[in-house]
Amino acid sequence: MTFHALLFYTFAAVLLFSGLRVITAKNPVHAALFLVLAFVTAAGLWILLYAEFLALTLILVYVGAVMVLFLFVVMMLDINFDKLREGFWQHLPVAATVAVLMVAQMGLLLWAKMGFSGVVSPGGPPPGVSNTRELGRVLYTDYLLPFELAAVVLLIAMIAAIALTHRGKRAVKAQDVAAQVRVRSEDRLKIVKMDAEKPDAANEEAAPKA
Amino acid sequence: MGELITTLNQGFLTHLGATWGPPAWALAKAVVMVLMVMVPVLVFVLYFQLVERWVIGWMQVRRGPNRVTFFGIKALGGFAQPIADAIKLLIKEQVVPSGANKWLFLLAPAISVIPAMAVWAVIPFTPDWVIANVDASILVVLAMTSMGVYGVIIAGWASNSKYAFIGALRSAAQVVSYEIAMGFALVGALMAAGTLNLTQAVARQDGPYGALEWFWVPLLPLFLIQFISGVAETNRHPFDVAEGESEIVAGPLVEYSGMTWSMFFLAEYANMLLVTALSALLFLGGWLSPFPKSWPLLGEPGIWWLLAKMLALMMVFVWIRASFPRYRYDQIMRLGWKIFIPITIVWIVVVGLMLMDPVRDWPVINWWFGSQHAG
Repeated sequence: MTFHALLFYTFAAVLLFSGLRVITAKNPVHAALFLVLAFVTAAGLWILLYAEFLALTLILVYVGAVMVLFLFVVMMLDINFDKLREGFWQHLPVAATVAVLMVAQMGLLLWAKMGFSGVVSPGGPPPGVSNTRELGRVLYTDYLLPFELAAVVLLIAMIAAIALTHRGKRAVKAQDVAAQVRVRSEDRLKIVKMDAEKPDAANEEAAPKA
Repeated sequence: MGELITTLNQGFLTHLGATWGPPAWALAKAVVMVLMVMVPVLVFVLYFQLVERWVIGWMQVRRGPNRVTFFGIKALGGFAQPIADAIKLLIKEQVVPSGANKWLFLLAPAISVIPAMAVWAVIPFTPDWVIANVDASILVVLAMTSMGVYGVIIAGWASNSKYAFIGALRSAAQVVSYEIAMGFALVGALMAAGTLNLTQAVARQDGPYGALEWFWVPLLPLFLIQFISGVAETNRHPFDVAEGESEIVAGPLVEYSGMTWSMFFLAEYANMLLVTALSALLFLGGWLSPFPKSWPLLGEPGIWWLLAKMLALMMVFVWIRASFPRYRYDQIMRLGWKIFIPITIVWIVVVGLMLMDPVRDWPVINWWFGSQHAG
């Protein structure tokens, strides 16, 4: 067995295990952390396929940003575990049917393509060819329109998310930094010139009380 | 030294690519290579915190640690302090709070330390002195640093403590926000370099005029934003609301003691060093000399220039810590989202314009980008 194969089987085993634990873990935070592990091992598998740009972007975007925010939300939710498990047996038949259908579909697809004879690794790119550069070239020339359309769809989703949750301006005490910077000492502090003591104070004190 | 590393490197890579070969030998070589980068980093972390305490002491007209010496020699006052601290931390008791999630609680320090150390595999110290000279090393650095935040989040959640949890949430939001600004600043740098490889990015800054050829001149806003975002991402002053001693006592670190606590500490300092290494490599010419090439001895490139730049930037970290009050949380978010991200986006467009064909051949711009690499 080559080192390559050993790495592949290790990553694949960890990926399957963590994928399974995502749906079986009782605590949602544990499930989310197993999902992070699944992403990391998937990135490892992609690196074995010489897709280093995709692998590193997977870690950067999904592990580094998306799952952090996901955990953020999951940790703050007040989840009732008993309620979560209610109706498990009732929904099982439908869910199982869908799962079997999906597995069958994926199996058929793979079989039609590869015939279960084992997949041959595409092999490394020829020396001097950068994965990242090629991907960028294809995205910005041959697939420019779909790429830009995907960007617009993402932008619309972002605006929609803000529009749906925005409840108008609340009365918050926010600071206006520009106004703070513009302030001069004359606006805040008024210096009044006056004598240190009243001129006839000494006389008044000396005078007898009436 | 550099040649030794290269031979080790090539030997290791051929073993990885082909079949197992003599695995013990390959493993031994890999371990030696890793140690040659890791040990200096660890020793640096150990001694830098002494230097930091000294410098902050001097800035506040105190003496800093000056008691623990080697063999009672007065002139070495304070030099043994890091060793004494390390021994103290090693023999301290580990306390796992009741109700804490024990596995995750003990896993969190490891999760924060492993990416902080693993990144050093792709950081070049000279053109030859690098454990793995991979194609997309900037991406590897970004990917690894983005994983470091899990240590803090898991620590905060697993501690089963309110303060730790609040600190974890603050840290998560802050790191994600500043990662965007950091990423955009690095995008500008790699556009200028035309490569994702750190060694080549330094080579692109080479030229007869020394310091004026480096990318900090055309990319000045990006350089500053990258460094400040680095301060924020490592949760250092003035962005350390995640720890915030005065409000949430030490955030995610409240429940940790002894060795587990010091692992977080180690990760923080290794990450700081990484931020300075990135700034030095991408914007300050790495191992290139700041003096013109024609000068006899000073114009030579070498690892000492890189180390000097990193040390100088580390000192900036310390000065910032000793000088500025902590930001309020909404101020941190405002700075990240409303100031840094727009500036970086605008400057990426400016860099793109500078790289365009007619502009690129203009006299001064020609210095940085001209004729060194073709689109």
